Amino acid sequence: MADKQAKTRPMADGQAGSGKLLDIRNLRIEATVYPPGEAPKTITLVHDVSLTLEKGKVLGLIGESGAGKSTIGLSSMAYGRGGVRITGGEVILNGRDIMKAGPRGVRALRGREVCYVAQSAAAAFNPAHKLIDQVVEAALLHGTANRAEAEKRAVALFKKLSLPNPETIGERYPHQVSGGQLQRVMTAMALCSEPDLIVFDEPTTALDVTTQIDVLAAIKDAIRDTHVAALYITHDLAVVAQVSDEIMVLRHGRLVEWGGTQQIIKEPRQEYTNALVSVHEIEHQEQQPGTTPFLSVKNVTAAYGGGHVKVLKNVSVDIYPAQTLAVVGESGSGKSTLARAITGLLPPEQGTVTFDGRPLANRLADRPKEDLRQLQMIYQMADVAMNPRQTVGTIIGRPLEFYFGMKGRERDKRVAELLDEIEMGKGFIDRYPAELSGGQKQRVCIARSLAAKPKLIICDEVTSALDPLVAHGILKLLLNLQQHEKVAYLFITHDLATVKSIADSIAVMYRGEVVRYGAKSKVLTPPFDAYTDLLLSSVPEMEIGWLEKAIKGRRMASAGN
Amino acid sequence: MSSPILRLVAQRVLLGLVLLLAVSVLIFAGTQILPGDVAQAILGQSATPEALANLREQLGLNDPAWLRYVHWLWGILHGDFGTAQSSGLDIATSIGTRLKNTLFLATCAAVVAVPLAIVLGLIAVRYRNGFVDKLISGLALASTSFPEFFIGYVLIFVFAVHWQIFPSISTVDDSTPFLERLQAVVLPATALTLVVLAHMMRMTRAAILNVMQSAYIETAELKGLKAFDIIRKHAFPNAIAPVVNVVMLNLAYLIVGVVVVEVIFVYPGMGQYLVDHVAKRDVPVVQAVGLIFAAVYITLNIVADIAAIVANPRLRHPK
Repeated sequence: MADKQAKTRPMADGQAGSGKLLDIRNLRIEATVYPPGEAPKTITLVHDVSLTLEKGKVLGLIGESGAGKSTIGLSSMAYGRGGVRITGGEVILNGRDIMKAGPRGVRALRGREVCYVAQSAAAAFNPAHKLIDQVVEAALLHGTANRAEAEKRAVALFKKLSLPNPETIGERYPHQVSGGQLQRVMTAMALCSEPDLIVFDEPTTALDVTTQIDVLAAIKDAIRDTHVAALYITHDLAVVAQVSDEIMVLRHGRLVEWGGTQQIIKEPRQEYTNALVSVHEIEHQEQQPGTTPFLSVKNVTAAYGGGHVKVLKNVSVDIYPAQTLAVVGESGSGKSTLARAITGLLPPEQGTVTFDGRPLANRLADRPKEDLRQLQMIYQMADVAMNPRQTVGTIIGRPLEFYFGMKGRERDKRVAELLDEIEMGKGFIDRYPAELSGGQKQRVCIARSLAAKPKLIICDEVTSALDPLVAHGILKLLLNLQQHEKVAYLFITHDLATVKSIADSIAVMYRGEVVRYGAKSKVLTPPFDAYTDLLLSSVPEMEIGWLEKAIKGRRMASAGN
Repeated sequence: MSSPILRLVAQRVLLGLVLLLAVSVLIFAGTQILPGDVAQAILGQSATPEALANLREQLGLNDPAWLRYVHWLWGILHGDFGTAQSSGLDIATSIGTRLKNTLFLATCAAVVAVPLAIVLGLIAVRYRNGFVDKLISGLALASTSFPEFFIGYVLIFVFAVHWQIFPSISTVDDSTPFLERLQAVVLPATALTLVVLAHMMRMTRAAILNVMQSAYIETAELKGLKAFDIIRKHAFPNAIAPVVNVVMLNLAYLIVGVVVVEVIFVYPGMGQYLVDHVAKRDVPVVQAVGLIFAAVYITLNIVADIAAIVANPRLRHPK
């Protein structure tokens, strides 16, 4: 765990008082949990964490889920989400302990001194009200401006955050605005009452990389121009490196390391920080495509709503035995629809899918059991892909019974083998999904798909919901299994780092079309087409100043066009 | 811009009409299945076979059922509900006055009950799981659990007999002036309010509590809004659809389900009229009243549907 040095403030700082905005001392946060069938118990979410933040500075809070990042961030507004209680320590904001402010005092500082930007702006805006009414609400409530002034300020902020039609966008309702734009409107909402501190809680995590970079740049500019201080919460070190002056690494509610951004990403002192920094580097030697693909998608066109919404346009890709085809693109590009077309869940309107040299039936219902067995799927949300009332043994055993008619001891033996293959062991056979961690759940899903001995497993964003280190373990497992089981993957993802570590060939999709396709080395080597270039240049790199460089590059490219 | 809304609304109205037509078929068929012969009922046991045959001919009872249905429906579409067998009075005229009385009583009850239920629901959410919440829920549930006749008699005992503030008998006619009319319905309207209050209050509470889980409620909380303002401004607008639905169901009940209360207070409304004529086996009246009740239910449910559609900003303001 953290050594003494890491716990003390890393930078030379003027003695207390002058520039200090937020001073959290020995924060302890607890929650009562109600495990099924057991007595309620109190767990500690945050252990003795202290931090200080000066006016106008940005502190990045980083860690995996459950690290206590959001909980600490929200404590600066004296807010505990759900049943969370702040049970110890002091939170001193602008020189006074807000834990002792009382309900009225707390309401007076929320939305006035401290504002909050949530991860999903789409959920955090009230669908029943116009954006402008929500943006100016806090300013009006706290009397920092009258309606006309607040609206003027809001429009100015919309402009600063490069929102389209800044004069009129406020008249829209949340559902009429895209996710990236909503996130910027939410930032404008936080800035509108001119707070001293903004808590950004994973503000770009739900966005596509190509959108994330714009929102990130907008947030960074706004922070700089308004001199607001910020707590920037994220699990993505490369993102936080772009906006933060300092970074605090948290794990299991404890402080691991705290330092300047440069120090954390270049010379991490703690082992855990080091693991976070170097997480994406899996060496995967690209395999040459074999002579014949076993699965070919030829000129497939597919649509939803009875042909109204074309989501796949003339898509052709090949998959070779025991190799990985990665399909990348932003949300709405048709990645998952391609999987649905291949599996027969969405019968293509035109084109064919051939498997082992013969065409597959378009519709799932027309496919024989043997074809179903050969194509398996793993999903993003492992929790909802398993029946919560079945044990791990039943879940993995089901395809064994269904496809191979295995029963009793034979089946149990095979389940145990599969559990070994996913590095979990047969001790898990009687566990329920709720008793597993996120990574373990995804492993069970992998075992379930392997049980069918398929030729192809379609992996739809299987690591997107997982913390980086856990995702890393899953990717390594998938690569190992590929070698042993000779299974091919169709790997759908929006994360280019994942693509680099697992793919043999890559298809880049944009608006339903494959815009670039070929061997990994070829696809990732210039010259690029415009979209691939945009995509690749949008992936945050763990380097200070990357954001400015990338934005500049994009401006030049768009000026050149 | 409003075209998707107009289309949905038109769709609902059309569906309602189809449903009403189907109900009219059922009502007609139902009264046909009932044992007994109308001609016999009119003329009594001692009627001669010739007289019966004549009357049957005269009433069109020898026509096939579908033809009689078409005649009946055609008449209703022209405002002719036929004549009551027991009294020979024109049904449409009798219903006219009584429907007006029923609607008056229902309106009085609704004007009190609906806002009261919703405000109590909001307050219950504000103090959820606390003493105030439990008190409101407890009282509302208790008032619903007591049978209507019990509440009615308790009200009469306290306000009419003991304190003598309001009349115990709510007889009104066309010439009764408005204020007197209002005074007459105070007790029955109070009884009805107590009956329907809990249902609407509990539904408002549940619908809003459901919305309170949303992320935008947290946003409002983090802006520093007061708890009650959050419920009123941010939660309630998103809970309108389910609340309107249950409100409309209760309004329908206020119109068609008030038989017991009308009888207790001797109020000349539709319920009493229906009960009287069911007892007399007066089929045309039962048919007419049944159809009107069905129309009330269907209309109010259409209103609820439309309100839910209009309350949805996604439909009101398409992309």
